[in-house]
Amino acid sequence: MTVELQVAQGWLTVCELSSLIPGRGVAALLPDGSQAAVFVDRAGRPYAIGNQDPFTGAHVLSRGLVGAVAGRPFVASPLLKQRFDLESGRCLDDEEVAVRTYPVRTAATS
Amino acid sequence: MTEPLPTIVLIGHGMVGQRYLEALAERGVTATHRITVLCEEPRPAYDRVHLTSYFSGSTAEDLSMTPAGFMEEHGIALHLDDPAEHIDRAARTVTSRSGQVFPYDVLVLATGSYPFVPPVPGKDAPGCFVYRTIEDLLAIEEYAKTRTSGAVVGGGLLGLEAAGALQGLGLTTRIVEFAPRLMPVQVDEGGGAALLRTIESMGLTVHTGVGTQEVVTGEDGSVSGMRLSDGSTVDTDLVVFSAGVRPRDQLARDAGLDVGERGGIAVDARCRTSDPHVYAIGECALAVDGRVYGLVAPGYEMAETAADDLLGREKEFTGADLSTKLKLLGVDVASFGDAHGHAPGSLDVVWSDSRSGVYKKLVVSPDGVLLGGVLVGDADSYGLLRPLTGSVPPVAPEQLVLPAGVGAPVALGPSSLPDHAVICSCHNVTKKAIAACATLAEVKKCTKAGTGCGSCVKVIGQLLPAAADKGLCGCFPYTRSELYEIVRTRRLTSYEQLLDGHGRPEARGGDGCEVCKPTVGSIIASLAPTLGASGYVLDGEQAALQDTNDHFLANMQRNGSYSVVPRIPGGEITPDKLIVIGEVARDFGLYTKITGGQRIDLFGASVDQLPRIWARLVDAGFESGHAYGKALRTVKSCVGQTWCRYGVQDSVRMAIDLELRYRGLRAPHKLKSAVSGCARECAEAQSKDFGVIATASGWNLYVGGNGGATPRHADLLAQDLSDAELVRLIDRFLMFYIRTADRLERTSTWLERLEGGLAHLRDVVVHDSLGLCAELESLMADHVAHYRDEWAETLQDPERLRRFVSFVNAPGAPDPTVKFVPERDQVKPDLAVLTIGGAVR
Repeated sequence: MTVELQVAQGWLTVCELSSLIPGRGVAALLPDGSQAAVFVDRAGRPYAIGNQDPFTGAHVLSRGLVGAVAGRPFVASPLLKQRFDLESGRCLDDEEVAVRTYPVRTAATS
Repeated sequence: MTEPLPTIVLIGHGMVGQRYLEALAERGVTATHRITVLCEEPRPAYDRVHLTSYFSGSTAEDLSMTPAGFMEEHGIALHLDDPAEHIDRAARTVTSRSGQVFPYDVLVLATGSYPFVPPVPGKDAPGCFVYRTIEDLLAIEEYAKTRTSGAVVGGGLLGLEAAGALQGLGLTTRIVEFAPRLMPVQVDEGGGAALLRTIESMGLTVHTGVGTQEVVTGEDGSVSGMRLSDGSTVDTDLVVFSAGVRPRDQLARDAGLDVGERGGIAVDARCRTSDPHVYAIGECALAVDGRVYGLVAPGYEMAETAADDLLGREKEFTGADLSTKLKLLGVDVASFGDAHGHAPGSLDVVWSDSRSGVYKKLVVSPDGVLLGGVLVGDADSYGLLRPLTGSVPPVAPEQLVLPAGVGAPVALGPSSLPDHAVICSCHNVTKKAIAACATLAEVKKCTKAGTGCGSCVKVIGQLLPAAADKGLCGCFPYTRSELYEIVRTRRLTSYEQLLDGHGRPEARGGDGCEVCKPTVGSIIASLAPTLGASGYVLDGEQAALQDTNDHFLANMQRNGSYSVVPRIPGGEITPDKLIVIGEVARDFGLYTKITGGQRIDLFGASVDQLPRIWARLVDAGFESGHAYGKALRTVKSCVGQTWCRYGVQDSVRMAIDLELRYRGLRAPHKLKSAVSGCARECAEAQSKDFGVIATASGWNLYVGGNGGATPRHADLLAQDLSDAELVRLIDRFLMFYIRTADRLERTSTWLERLEGGLAHLRDVVVHDSLGLCAELESLMADHVAHYRDEWAETLQDPERLRRFVSFVNAPGAPDPTVKFVPERDQVKPDLAVLTIGGAVR
């Protein structure tokens, strides 16, 4: 199984699902030079959001810890610990802030 | 055939009467007795203390003190609007106004008090009121609708309340007080002056030192003014008498019960009257100390006493605290303990600022015991000061009266109060009882604290957060130390097992959170050798638990780059190794700084550089060190006996030994240490979690110190230890801390929280009072025996190394946003790069 991210050019293969540790993320470099943070939760569901932490500007969200509140998964930024909903990109600690999200899927390796 | 239940008749359903009923219910008496209540007023018990709030929006329902359904639930027959009129003690019956006759086995009088109206001409004219019941308030409100001015006779607690109410109704208001100052019972001259200024500044007129000679009436017979004892006459449309209260003891007098010379139904220490079948409680009773208490708190205590006595339980009421705190006319006024300094030799500490209307006085004994005080204008500290009455405060009294920002800061918080300190004096509830609850609602329900005058609610709030749901986070209902015990005793090595088996129901099967994951990761790492788990933090499920620093074995800095800190035990380093560090830093372009912990920080490494940097260091005989995460950082040292002419022991060797022994040890908080070779303390050992200072005959061990935001000097745990004794004691200390501390709790705060403090710690780790020492030592022995260099191991494993890339889909590409610019011949993060993309708000 591979993890694929939808970008302007179509579905981009990011990595093998097996190279993602449940509850942790990886960073992916996208064709336009931007970065996505890709995660898989305990149930094996993939998520992808922008990698830049809007509070510090650093591209580090992929290195945060994944958790869940009321069943909704989030990542806590490793710098100042703000949490971001992995499905909506909304910051759970500051409603005026959000990061972008990417459509993501797992696909059988061809 | 069943015996008829014994019957209790309660006369009076005020705050104290209701409290008596609740006391009976709590003791199960309502199930074994038939209970009848006769109440004069048309409504069940309500909060008379906060009567005035009726005018500021509270409804009669808000003021109710009787929980919905209480009477039905406990089978209590409440007769409203039907006061008792006659007691026949021989027949043991009570006859009510409606003519009903109630037989009793036990009679309880809680008839309260009535307002004293001085016998002046005109006192019964239309426009004269008292201030006692909701009905009084309704009548005043109705009358005031068509009037413009009012006067209150009496400048005590209730008089000021009434004046506030009149002003709130839009009347120009004056207060007439016979004593030379306002609130003469509670407040001293200085406090009275401060109060007077503030109240006058609110537009009220105050006459002190004058009596009321006559209420003057107009042509229609209603109030038009008052003639005062100084000969003057003032105009007023309405007069409220609030010149004190008198116990309502007529019913008892008529029944032949003993009453005091100046009124009040005489009772013994168990609140029994001269008739053993009759009790009297609250404001109608003359307590055994010869006083009639006009406050609700002593009344509550009497209610409890009488209820206990019914069950044959020993409880005595021999006197009570007269502390009060009220907001009168918007002014905080509080008085507690020996407010007037009656105790022989007592001394006053006074702060008075007439500009702001603040007056604070503390009365202390010559040996520093706080005896009482008066607070006017700012009574915030009342909640903390009153429980300290009778003890020596932890800070100087002047610090307790000075306003914030003047002189030394007040270091007194609720945490400084002893467990037995009474926080809620209305219900006599201690700090300990409050701390056992999780929420304010629970406190009110379980202890009744905060449901009396309400002055303690703020302090209760300050006591609660620590105790509020002591669970670690939304996932676990347990504290860190409880989780440690679960992991240890169940030998769990999996976070998911722990979450699914011991998490809160709603969190089971889920993803956990960023709070509990690293905590559990740390616990499993601390116990790994003992549990037989892999201690390597990047293996398997453990990898998902680590904070980013632990996950990458380096310290993330603000632009997402990392710092590497080679371990330099005790700060001792050879020139060759020093050169290697310099070369590594130069070759990778790293910013270099000597740290406070006698190490060298190398800043600015990208993720993909980390393994290459470690490889160079490992080759040169280094290992990387914990400059991150919750683990032992450094053990600093001075040069000690070897080089220093003052040194008395080899502090460098001891520091190296200790650092190597405890390296890799995971703890609730980061740990730092130092060893000084003599009492000159060049290594600053007393500011460390554990610090060692050499003496001529061995080592002194200090624990619980720290730098940080709230620095604390360490405490001396043991003296003149041999090398082996020192190490053994530190082993025990560290393991006891790791086992019992909360998440992110420093040794300093842990030690302060520990019940019994340093003495208890010494008992446990020196005298083995809990029989734990062998186990603590064995845990540490496991740690030492199984220590592994995580950095070196990472380098040997290609699978693990795969994680050290900036991008999963472009392993060779560095992160273009990690950029540096020059500064003072080195580099610093280029923060401009980080704001590109406009992601910052």
